[in-house]
Amino acid sequence: MVERIKIKTADLNVWFNVIPSLKNIDIEIHEREILGIIGPANSGKSTFLRCLNRFNDLYQSFKMQGKIFIDEMDIYANIDVWGLRKKVGMVFALPVVLPLSIFENIAYGPRRHGIKNKNRLADIVENTLKAAYLWDEVKDRLDSSAMKLSGGQQQRLCLARTLAVEPDIILYDEPCSGLDPISTAKIEEAMVRFKEKYTQVLVTNNTKQAARVSDRTAFFLMGELIELDRTEKIFTNPIDQRTDDYISGRFG
Amino acid sequence: MRHNAYQTQKIAFVLLFIATVLVVLPVIFIVFIIVQKGWHAITWEFLTAIPKNGMREGGIFPAIVGTVYLVVGTLIFALPLGVLSAIYLTEYSKDNLLTRLIKLAIINLAGVPSVVYGLFGLGIFVIFLKFGSSILAGSLTLAIMVLPIIITTTKEALDSVPQSFREVSLSLGASKWQTIQYSVLPHALPGILTGVILAISRAAGETAPILFTVAAFYLPHLPQSIFDQAMALPYHLYVISTQVPNVSVEIRYGTALVLLVMVLSANFVAIVIRSKFRKMKKW
Amino acid sequence: MNLKTFKEFLIEKLIFLSGVTSIMLVILIFIFLTKEGLSLFKAVSLKDFLLGHYWYPISEPSQFGILPLILGSLFVTMGATIISVPIGVASAVYIAEIAPPRMKEVLKSGIEILAAIPSVVIGFIGMTTLVPFVKNALNLPTGLTAFSGSVMLAFMAMPTVVSIAEDALNAVPKKYKEAAFALGATHWQTIWRVVLRAASSGIVAAIMLGIGRVIGETMAVMMITGNAARIPTSLFQPVRTLTATIAAEMGETVQGSDHYHALFAIGIVLFVITFIINLIADFAVHRKLK
Repeated sequence: MVERIKIKTADLNVWFNVIPSLKNIDIEIHEREILGIIGPANSGKSTFLRCLNRFNDLYQSFKMQGKIFIDEMDIYANIDVWGLRKKVGMVFALPVVLPLSIFENIAYGPRRHGIKNKNRLADIVENTLKAAYLWDEVKDRLDSSAMKLSGGQQQRLCLARTLAVEPDIILYDEPCSGLDPISTAKIEEAMVRFKEKYTQVLVTNNTKQAARVSDRTAFFLMGELIELDRTEKIFTNPIDQRTDDYISGRFG
Repeated sequence: MRHNAYQTQKIAFVLLFIATVLVVLPVIFIVFIIVQKGWHAITWEFLTAIPKNGMREGGIFPAIVGTVYLVVGTLIFALPLGVLSAIYLTEYSKDNLLTRLIKLAIINLAGVPSVVYGLFGLGIFVIFLKFGSSILAGSLTLAIMVLPIIITTTKEALDSVPQSFREVSLSLGASKWQTIQYSVLPHALPGILTGVILAISRAAGETAPILFTVAAFYLPHLPQSIFDQAMALPYHLYVISTQVPNVSVEIRYGTALVLLVMVLSANFVAIVIRSKFRKMKKW
Repeated sequence: MNLKTFKEFLIEKLIFLSGVTSIMLVILIFIFLTKEGLSLFKAVSLKDFLLGHYWYPISEPSQFGILPLILGSLFVTMGATIISVPIGVASAVYIAEIAPPRMKEVLKSGIEILAAIPSVVIGFIGMTTLVPFVKNALNLPTGLTAFSGSVMLAFMAMPTVVSIAEDALNAVPKKYKEAAFALGATHWQTIWRVVLRAASSGIVAAIMLGIGRVIGETMAVMMITGNAARIPTSLFQPVRTLTATIAAEMGETVQGSDHYHALFAIGIVLFVITFIINLIADFAVHRKLK
């Protein structure tokens, strides 16, 4: 079966203040797969993720060489960055809810893209909260502050908020690092269901999580891509010794 | 030996405490004496009538109105400029020489003596731009004087909004300005408000910058346009306490009391807002 | 370029312009002061201006020596500094290191209120209470002296000294203090030998800014110091400061006259002095951070 390629990086190199952070990364990410990215701290996995929605642009010290294509479009060419970020959603490590109501947190993105109609916004809120498995818990208090939700609920709210701008791709930057096992399970359940619609890239410190949800897994070490293969292969019979060492907990 | 060290500490702490009392006591003394001596002068007529008999009788209404006009005028110029300038520093500026120079300029603006602002206002607004001695010239002069206050307090307020709010907004495809408008400014509002109030209090109380740019010794009517001179409370207090002989103690203290109440109530509001804001902040 | 991009572009330019206003204002202030002030030196030499002993701006022939005014400012500033620095720094130490949290809040609010009292009110109170007191207590011909000015200005400088010194003390890393405590030092020994030393550049900045505040102060000084433009020999004489001279005389000058230019030239002197003071303070603050 030939998969359609959604994201492709070609000879990607990144520096922060001349310190190399990513070296010669060539990756192809298939449409509607979950690509897990594992590796020890400072291996460049978050930096890689933040290249995909041009989030590294926020740092003055960021320098990049090479190319990244999404749907065959060079995203570092002179493009509409806001459109790119709408298309490539991101869920952060710690749930960041804005000090607004639950409703307004989710409506924030659509409103910025010009949707003003109350009914349409209400539909978006309901659909995305359902998709993120949060609707039943909050449907009676959409107008109360989102800061009052528990950590796990907040992260699902962030997930729903990302969905609300109708992305194609969702990037997860260690999305469950602060969550309990039950909340983590709910997020993972949602991610697996999302495979119908979205291409997902999951950066995680939790190798077991990558093993549970991702179709393919990439192992990063010190800014280099060591190995990328089907998840079973990586976890049972990796080619590179360093991958094996990391997965079996010998370092990192 | 040990015993001595604690003895020294005891003496030192008592001295430090006395020093603190010496700083705070004058506040109580000044407020007390002005309230005590000015209290009786405050009548409806005093607040709403025009000064009479060479300012020895009647009220201080034109001075109150003039000060209100000046404060409003000051804010019209200083508020947008100060807030935008703070936005530049927190959201747009890079870590370079220009930014360093801007920060240095702000620090220096804050330190320029108020009478020098008066000279500058006279030179540029009254004479060069031909506004004459007017509410417009006075407001612009005061606006430049309070600009550093608004910039620094707004900058502090913007800095206190977590970076993650901006990241979330940008990650959803919002533009930079949308992010500032909807994800930063609303959460910095109480802090900005504190700065605005402090600026109001400063503009209402300053005398030297308005001496040659707007202040009228005596005007029997209210100003009609922004090109008119106006009376102002602080200048009026100066005039009746040094320039006009035989003004009753009551009228002098009454004027001081009104000025003090205006300025201090503004500051009090600022203090309350700030402490509420600190308690309210959940992030 | 679409509409959203265009709007974003415009706003960014507007914000940039506002951002550089402060620089432009500092430059403009300097330009306008020199534009009006430098003409004086066609009539008077810089040396006669700065070092001349007589300020007789309206006699014939007029004399524009500002030495008495500089000395007047210096006397008042020195007096105010001598009073406000020890008290201000001591109370900053008390507030930062010793006062319990609730008291801290109350004290800080009190100091903020002191900072907010308009200078004309301070002058007024000084005139009606301190000046007669000084006259009677010291048996002087007048209570309008440099000393009275110093006392009132010390109150005005204290909020600046206290709040900036307190910031500096709070910025001292906790581990310094813990290390001192671990060696068995008392709280006071820790403050005296460790905290104050670590915060010294910040305290220098506080003192500089306090001095800047005093030199620039106008209304209170004009109302309390007696305004005699003579070279002072003691703190208990009337003096006239640079600021008070501008404030008192500008209203009566003819625009474009030598006297008018001389007042702007005094403005340049004040601008340069405060600029240097702020530069030193800024330098001290930044050294502290390293």
